[in-house]
Amino acid sequence: MKLDKSKIKLFSTIGSRATFGMVCLDLAKEIDNLMVLTSDVSTSAGLDRFKLKYPDKYLDVGIAEQNLIGVATGLSSGGHNVFTTTFAPFQTMRCFEQIKVNLGYMKKKVTMVGIASGVALGTLGFTHCAIEDLSLMRSIPGMTVISPADCGEVAKSVFAAAKHKGPIYIRLTGVANNPIVYNDDYKFEIGKPIKLEEGNDITIFATGSMVSRAVDASKILSKQNIKASVINVHTIKPLDINFVNKNSENRKLIVTVEEHSVIGGLASAISEANSQLINKSKQLSISLPDKYFQGGEYLDLLNKYNLNSEGIATTITKNLAI
Amino acid sequence: MSTDTKINNIKSLKKKLLKNVVDTAYYAGASSAHIGGALSCIDIVSTLFTEFIKINPENFSKKDRDYFILSKGHACLVYYAVLAELGFFSRDDLKSFEKTDSFLLGHPILNEKYGIDFSTGSLGMGLSIGIGLAISLKKKKSENKVYVIIGDGECNEGSIWEGMMSAPHFNLDNLTIIIDKNNLQQTGKNEDIMSLGDLKSKISSFGWDAHSIDGHNIKDLYDIFSQKTDSKPKAIVANTIKGKGLSFAENNNKFHHTVLTKALYEKALKEIESK
Ligand SMILES: Cc1ncc(C[n+]2csc(CCOP(=O)(O)OP(=O)(O)O)c2C)c(N)n1
Ligand SMILES: [Mg+2]
Repeated sequence: MKLDKSKIKLFSTIGSRATFGMVCLDLAKEIDNLMVLTSDVSTSAGLDRFKLKYPDKYLDVGIAEQNLIGVATGLSSGGHNVFTTTFAPFQTMRCFEQIKVNLGYMKKKVTMVGIASGVALGTLGFTHCAIEDLSLMRSIPGMTVISPADCGEVAKSVFAAAKHKGPIYIRLTGVANNPIVYNDDYKFEIGKPIKLEEGNDITIFATGSMVSRAVDASKILSKQNIKASVINVHTIKPLDINFVNKNSENRKLIVTVEEHSVIGGLASAISEANSQLINKSKQLSISLPDKYFQGGEYLDLLNKYNLNSEGIATTITKNLAI
Repeated sequence: MSTDTKINNIKSLKKKLLKNVVDTAYYAGASSAHIGGALSCIDIVSTLFTEFIKINPENFSKKDRDYFILSKGHACLVYYAVLAELGFFSRDDLKSFEKTDSFLLGHPILNEKYGIDFSTGSLGMGLSIGIGLAISLKKKKSENKVYVIIGDGECNEGSIWEGMMSAPHFNLDNLTIIIDKNNLQQTGKNEDIMSLGDLKSKISSFGWDAHSIDGHNIKDLYDIFSQKTDSKPKAIVANTIKGKGLSFAENNNKFHHTVLTKALYEKALKEIESK
């Protein structure tokens, strides 16, 4: 799928979940046997138009996420190309064992789209946040885990997922007016991280909502004469270990930035990849803490945990000074 | 073919399955086998695979065919028994049951070559998969059908009731579930562990075409599977006896999962011979 400036702008304005719903309209034109399943969240996932336009390709299984994955599995076994979507915590946790057995163990091809992941719904409390989903999905053998950097990449991921063979989890972060990372069309390939900035002092690995902030942080750092590479790790699993290793050796610091718990997400994936390196660099993990903290407005929460460009830059300079 | 002939065919398959189940349980040796729950659904399985579920090694790779889901996956002895008779593998392969590197473990593992569509064993998951398949077949305008065998204890799982609610909602008259109501689960009676109440009325109130029958009466099973329903999915509460067919195992929940000793194996063979 090709992006253009107007699409990029529109997607960013409406945010990642509305983008998903919109992209499904295009996907239906290309994928004949498409089925999009929800658990009573069609509006939240931007699927209201899709539901009207393609009633035969849309199915609501009720507020029953275990049933959601089971029905998706049956449809997939019958030859349909199935997407499921609901809020990230419900998409990944209520039905975790169904995901393990049906998508992991049986390798059934279903693409799960977890909407409003991270702390986008921080004002609703932690029932509606997901700081554990990358960790959970990554632990399932055979699962591909994608965390798009901006809304254009959401669109790219959805199309790539439809053509991919195995089960996939796509994690949607951010709210409306999502920062844009890619202003023009570009090549997206599942499993291939993308270097956005080149610098040899440090490497910042970022994913999802944090990619644009990491790019901005690198500009702040550059003024302090710290040259940073910034890498968009849109595919957390499978991770391109060679690429990660190559960009981790002999640096003053490597940094991971993610809107996820410090346990089990990007920080863990990068340190696992680098654990065998001889010329390993020190790793700094900028993540959400391993706790259910006080909720609140999305940007307030990001600021509180240094998940903005200044916060990222300052945390890095402090760490370099140690 | 007359109905009597069909019934006789079912009975002769059932006898073969009984022998295969007992042999396989014995091959398991010290690692034990789920015997009781395999035997309680042996008449159901024999009836389904003789007359209703049309799968064989030739058509299995096609998507447009009937589907069978053993949601109570621990009853795999009877599943493997029938797949061997259908020619998916040999009776000799049953000897590898629960051995290292075997494709026949203590719960079914998806295997396109050997006729197994789904890996089951974690209770409560098969119904929803059956619903997805039934929807898929309808979308493809296929006349084929989906059959799911569910345990009565398995009905403790909430996910079963998510499925119960949704199958009638989607008007799945191509879906049939059979609840193997042997009144026992792993550690005791259903009514002591979690009462099921009037299962048929419960399911019927969810909008199914629900029936309660003797799950060992082959004529009744044949008749009920033959009946068409109008836009509703069909649920059959099959009243069964756990361990059915072996005097020492009937209604004896020790045989839920146990070792079949040499003495009992020999006794079982004699009982099967005399039938
Ligand atoms: C989710 C899950 N919980 C527990 C078990 C362990 N277990 C295996 S069989 C069984 C009892 C099942 O009872 P029922 O469905 O009545 O089967 P049957 O009596 O026909 O053997 C249990 C609890 C399991 N396999 N899956
Ligand atoms: Mg039982």
